[in-house]
Amino acid sequence: MSVNFGAHHFRHEREADWARLEELLDKLEAKSPRRLSDDDLIDLPRLYRATLSSLSIARATSLDASLVGYLEALSTRAYFALYSAREPWGRQVKAFFTTHWPRAVRAIAWELLLSIALLLLSAVAAYHLVRTDPAWYSAMISPELASGRDMNATAATLRESLYGKPGSAPLEIFATSLFTHNSQVAILAFALGFLFAIPTIILAVQNGAMGGAMFAAFVPHGLGWGLFAWLMIHGTTEIAAIAIASAAGIHIGRAVAFPGDRSRMTAAAEAGRRGAIVMIGVILMLLVAGLLEGFGRQLVNDDGARLAIGGGMLALWIVYFSFGGRRG
Amino acid sequence: MVKRPRKPRVPRTLDRQLVTPEGVPLNLRLGSAGARAGAFTIDAIIMLAILIGTTLLIAALAIGGPKGAQSLYAIVWLLGFFVLRNFYFVLHEAGRRAATPGKRLMKLRVVSRDGARLTGAAVLARNLMREIEVFLPLAFLGFAFAEGMASRWTAVLALGWALILLFLPLFNRDRLRAGDLIAGTWVVEREVRKLGEDLLIQTAHEKDRARIAPFTAAELDAYGAFELQRLEDVLRRNDRADLFAVAGAIRRKLGRADDGVDLAFLETYYGDLRRHLERKLLFGQRKRDKFDRNGLN
Repeated sequence: MSVNFGAHHFRHEREADWARLEELLDKLEAKSPRRLSDDDLIDLPRLYRATLSSLSIARATSLDASLVGYLEALSTRAYFALYSAREPWGRQVKAFFTTHWPRAVRAIAWELLLSIALLLLSAVAAYHLVRTDPAWYSAMISPELASGRDMNATAATLRESLYGKPGSAPLEIFATSLFTHNSQVAILAFALGFLFAIPTIILAVQNGAMGGAMFAAFVPHGLGWGLFAWLMIHGTTEIAAIAIASAAGIHIGRAVAFPGDRSRMTAAAEAGRRGAIVMIGVILMLLVAGLLEGFGRQLVNDDGARLAIGGGMLALWIVYFSFGGRRG
Repeated sequence: MVKRPRKPRVPRTLDRQLVTPEGVPLNLRLGSAGARAGAFTIDAIIMLAILIGTTLLIAALAIGGPKGAQSLYAIVWLLGFFVLRNFYFVLHEAGRRAATPGKRLMKLRVVSRDGARLTGAAVLARNLMREIEVFLPLAFLGFAFAEGMASRWTAVLALGWALILLFLPLFNRDRLRAGDLIAGTWVVEREVRKLGEDLLIQTAHEKDRARIAPFTAAELDAYGAFELQRLEDVLRRNDRADLFAVAGAIRRKLGRADDGVDLAFLETYYGDLRRHLERKLLFGQRKRDKFDRNGLN
């Protein structure tokens, strides 16, 4: 045996394995893993480990830069292909509804209490401000949003806005635009949490104040309950979703500002991933809220029925988030 | 108070190491800021093209298509816009390649910073942050222009914000944008390399090789691993002018006369030098370059 035993032999013995791994990776990246044959699936991890060990040997014994570079790139590619394999979509969706979503919401329970408190307190404060000085109304609700429902409106106009026939726009377009608009606001509230949660808190207070100011316009005309029912048929779902989105934002801001025992980066990453799970749920809740607001409210005109639907939805969410995913 | 151990400093280069569960360190290279910006630009253009294309298509259908389904077109457009804006990046990065078309063109992919599996939640988290990185400053700017720059402070504020978040990847060594910070991800180069030819197999003519006198031990000790790999580059490029220049330099260093067959000379010297250095490597002596005295026995 000649002295060139090492390098030359090393490469020729293993070259076929590397080429086969490369071919399998090409297949895997182009198609779904399900399209690989059983033999391929058995071979893949074996070839990956063989290539990793080739890389270790090559680094220690070979001075061929191109060979080491090739093995390095191939191993990295195989590593990400093998270790980033994810569960099938069906199982992911099931896991989301049965465990991940309710657990993620429970994990941000303190932030959720804070954001609900912010919404309620700012609503109460806004109500009292507007009742003592009606000039505050325009500061909290823009004229476009109020569309005539301001402090000078007559009882008849206000009553019409609560129980009147829907406008000319078809209900389904109305529901869709409500859904997309509200989801965008919720995503914004979540993303703003990154800036130490301060903008998220401001956004929550602003939303709460809008609700409170509305009540101040309707209550003097004896329409307080009517407005409450009008808001709550979808509001229990929508306000809950906005509160949860703000809570997810505050959760991130809190992790960035006060990471505790973990490093700031780890804390931020954990909070962000948990927040993302919560946000998928928030978008689904807003879809439900959009349907209730677009169809339910326009079709159901009775205060009692509106309150019953809103109350039922609230009870459903509370039970789901409190008891969902406790086992397993 | 317990003092936490100091973390090792992050290197200034873009090279990072990942240790696989099998215990082998793999070298990763982070995507450069330029490549990231290029990928985003491509994606932005694609998104814009999709938006314009579908809007025109839906408008054409709404005008010329069957009547009675007008509201359907509006709903499809509204939902399509929502999905495009929020989920274009998410749906692409949640796929097997973990890259949007722009990233794929720039040979980049998203991976988890701890080397673990990239979860759907992480992909969603990193892309929902685009809301404050891109869309909000854009909306601010649009608002400022619509107001006829009346609110100059809004414009300044929006511009400052957009610039800080836009250039955030340049302010940290890991090239993380806000979304990467939140999701625990980073963007690395996706490298696909071909296996080069085995240079130990000689290609020069038998007759030419016969003209090269065998190398002595002193001649093989003239260079180290660094020079060997530069020689490897030259041989792989196989450019006549380079071969001539390098062969001349090596002959001068070794004190040899010109034999007139550059390729055969370089190939033989490469093979002999590599075998010589690799044999010493097996005995634990790595001669890094020609100045390295360690490799000399």
